[in-house]
Amino acid sequence: MTASITVEGLEVVFDRFRALKGVSLEVREGESYGLVGESGSGKSTLLRAITGLAPVSAGTITVNGKTLGKTRDKAFYREVQMVFQDPYGSLHPRQTVDRLLQEPLAIHGIADGEKRIERALDEVGLGKGFRFRYAHQLSGGQRQRVAIARALILEPSILLLDEPTSALDASVQAEVLNLLEEVRRRRKLTFLMVSHDLAIITHMCERLMVMQNGEAVETLTASQLIGHRVSEDYTRNLLRASEGFVRA
Amino acid sequence: MSDTLLEVDDLRVTFPTRTGLVQAVRGVSFSLRRERLGIVGESGSGKSQTGRAIMGVTPPQAEVSAKKLAFDGMDLLSMSPRERRALRGSRIAMILQDPKYSLDPVMTIGRQIVETLRTHEKVSKAEARERALAMLQAVQIRDPARVFDLYPHEVSGGMGQRAMIAMMLVTGPELMIADEPTSALDVTVQLDVLKILDKLVAERGMGLIFISHDLRLVSSFCDRVVVMYAGKVVEQIKASELRDAQHPYTRGLLNCMPRIGFERHPLPVLDRKPEWAA
Amino acid sequence: MTASVVLSRREWLLSDRPASRLQARLGRAYVAWRRFSANRLALVGMLIIVALLVVAAFADVLAPYSPTVGDLKNARLLPPGAAHWFGTDDLGRDIYSRVVYGARWTLYVVILVAIIAAPIGLLVGTIAGYAGGWTDTILMRITDIFLAFPKLVLALAFVAALGPGIENAVLAIAITSWPPYARIARAETLTVRNSDYIKAVQLMGASPFRIVLRHIMPLCISSLIIRVTLDMAGIILTAAGLGFLGLGAQPPLPEWGAMIASGRRFILDQWWVAAAPGAAILIVSLGFNLLGDGLRDALDPRSGDQ
Repeated sequence: MTASITVEGLEVVFDRFRALKGVSLEVREGESYGLVGESGSGKSTLLRAITGLAPVSAGTITVNGKTLGKTRDKAFYREVQMVFQDPYGSLHPRQTVDRLLQEPLAIHGIADGEKRIERALDEVGLGKGFRFRYAHQLSGGQRQRVAIARALILEPSILLLDEPTSALDASVQAEVLNLLEEVRRRRKLTFLMVSHDLAIITHMCERLMVMQNGEAVETLTASQLIGHRVSEDYTRNLLRASEGFVRA
Repeated sequence: MSDTLLEVDDLRVTFPTRTGLVQAVRGVSFSLRRERLGIVGESGSGKSQTGRAIMGVTPPQAEVSAKKLAFDGMDLLSMSPRERRALRGSRIAMILQDPKYSLDPVMTIGRQIVETLRTHEKVSKAEARERALAMLQAVQIRDPARVFDLYPHEVSGGMGQRAMIAMMLVTGPELMIADEPTSALDVTVQLDVLKILDKLVAERGMGLIFISHDLRLVSSFCDRVVVMYAGKVVEQIKASELRDAQHPYTRGLLNCMPRIGFERHPLPVLDRKPEWAA
Repeated sequence: MTASVVLSRREWLLSDRPASRLQARLGRAYVAWRRFSANRLALVGMLIIVALLVVAAFADVLAPYSPTVGDLKNARLLPPGAAHWFGTDDLGRDIYSRVVYGARWTLYVVILVAIIAAPIGLLVGTIAGYAGGWTDTILMRITDIFLAFPKLVLALAFVAALGPGIENAVLAIAITSWPPYARIARAETLTVRNSDYIKAVQLMGASPFRIVLRHIMPLCISSLIIRVTLDMAGIILTAAGLGFLGLGAQPPLPEWGAMIASGRRFILDQWWVAAAPGAAILIVSLGFNLLGDGLRDALDPRSGDQ
């Protein structure tokens, strides 16, 4: 198996605050990899550093064999796409779904736009009826489906997911998670998924990394986590917390 | 019926909108003793509006009606705004989701607690300070004297929420309404805050209404659960018997969340039936 | 029958699931129009502006006399009457005709200023806001320099340098009125620059130019339209002020400000010479202000679910 994303000794500094302190990880091709941690753990910063949205001050990022520099070229964005956490903030308020999906095709000069848009909408379970709606005419779950369609329309091989369901109701969350699993299987995608919820990560990912305060705590497989075979106290705390409230 | 703290019968909250009247709460009924009651529902289920209507902080354009809305035998709806205000904060308290928005940003935490206490009770400044410090201690803030002089933006989310709980509990209310009190917090902090809340509720014999979207959390924390859907109560059930829930919505909600150690691909999804909302 | 057709057309416009780009756009415009037309005063404002447009377009038909050639012998300073509705001025010209033709010059000034100043402001503001850093600092300091002078004084200086005349007045007003637009556009840009939907477009590989032009500018335009409309009254007054000082329109052009200036000399005895163009300025300024307020309610993205 070849590596899809390799991160080595990654440091990110915002205004003298070290958001990431030398983090390394390797995501294999076709794998689904999870990043778990609480707020301030640096898990989202890691995703943003890969996409070029966060400033990298040290370390290297390699995607599909190519080591990334300071800037990303168009070819990079055809390989790597991202789905954001907040479905209410990630869609342009003045553009229809059609326009949102057309934009990536226009940027990359892809000709068969009509067909691709229809296929993408079908794939995320929305269908033609939603094509000319504005974001405010959609529910949270529908918006997130549009965001997924937008990420898929360039046919990337890697999808970065930044808490894609944490703003959704539980029942809608299940639908979106199922959708993500389905597109991953169909398109043989590599996932790098961030969540604060251990249950979601073990459900979606084969391997995961627990993060705290900008550092990696430990790397586990999903089955290790399910079997409670963890070595760090912090991970154990997270596991206990995910089981709900226990009266002493 | 002296042990019934709160009685809600056929509560309705109606909002006027550009397209007509919208009922956010459509005939909710339940009663509460000195116990922990959870109200669970997804966004738009009317759970928060139910809590606000009981508290009396519904937005002014909305209309609240009920066959009965009584706290400790007193009819809340026929009360004057002034009586209602006096009740609020002294005998009924509310905690909101994000302490950042509910604490006054330009007043120190300690002063806010003291002010709250002194608006509802005649106590000397020194005594109020004593009680505020004791309350901060009770919510397990390690260095109460230091936190007393801090501004809300200087403390973490978990600390802010504890301060909020301290402020709400300092007057010794009998009913506490907590609207998603821990949703903005990290999971590990969440449990600490819940532990504190649980201890205080038990010690003081308060009634608690815990409003949340998280059915599993609520069922592990509360004695009884009211499940709401589209402004109505679809099921009331003891938390311990949640596994035997009858209504398909309750069961769907329980089922659709991923759980560690239960592999289900794909996850069961909720098949919403129109008759649930009818 | 017609009622049902009307109803279904309304439903088509308000549909939750438009079937085409056109329907989506029209639906959106219709919602904005409904919000706008719910405001009575805004409709009055629009009526005034439409009337101004009609008067300007049909000035040749509406004006009974020539605006520039008067009857010096028989018709000097006649009070309002059947032959001359608004009276005549000191050169025997019919004031009503001059006011009617003046509508053209008012529109000329207002439109030219708007299409010069608004795009400059939009461009400077969005670029400064999106680029940040040095670009932002330099562009905004330039803006500050322009804002540091009172508008009329700066316009006076420009006209004095360029020479009097209505074209130069337009240019001077445009040069002095773009900085507030740049400020607005920059503020709007700063609020959307870090939003996820702009980041999403960045992650598609869009160039900064494309992001500013196609994603940020459309969000700034509505607040700019509102501001420009509200500024129209100010532009008219500045133009009139320049005209009044003799630095704007030159005689015999029937520009309202210049007309007031020439009527000033007999304001006590022949009040109508200055009153008619004054009233015209007042009404049109009011119209633009009412229209602007209405547009603010209809277009403001922060109000409602637009």
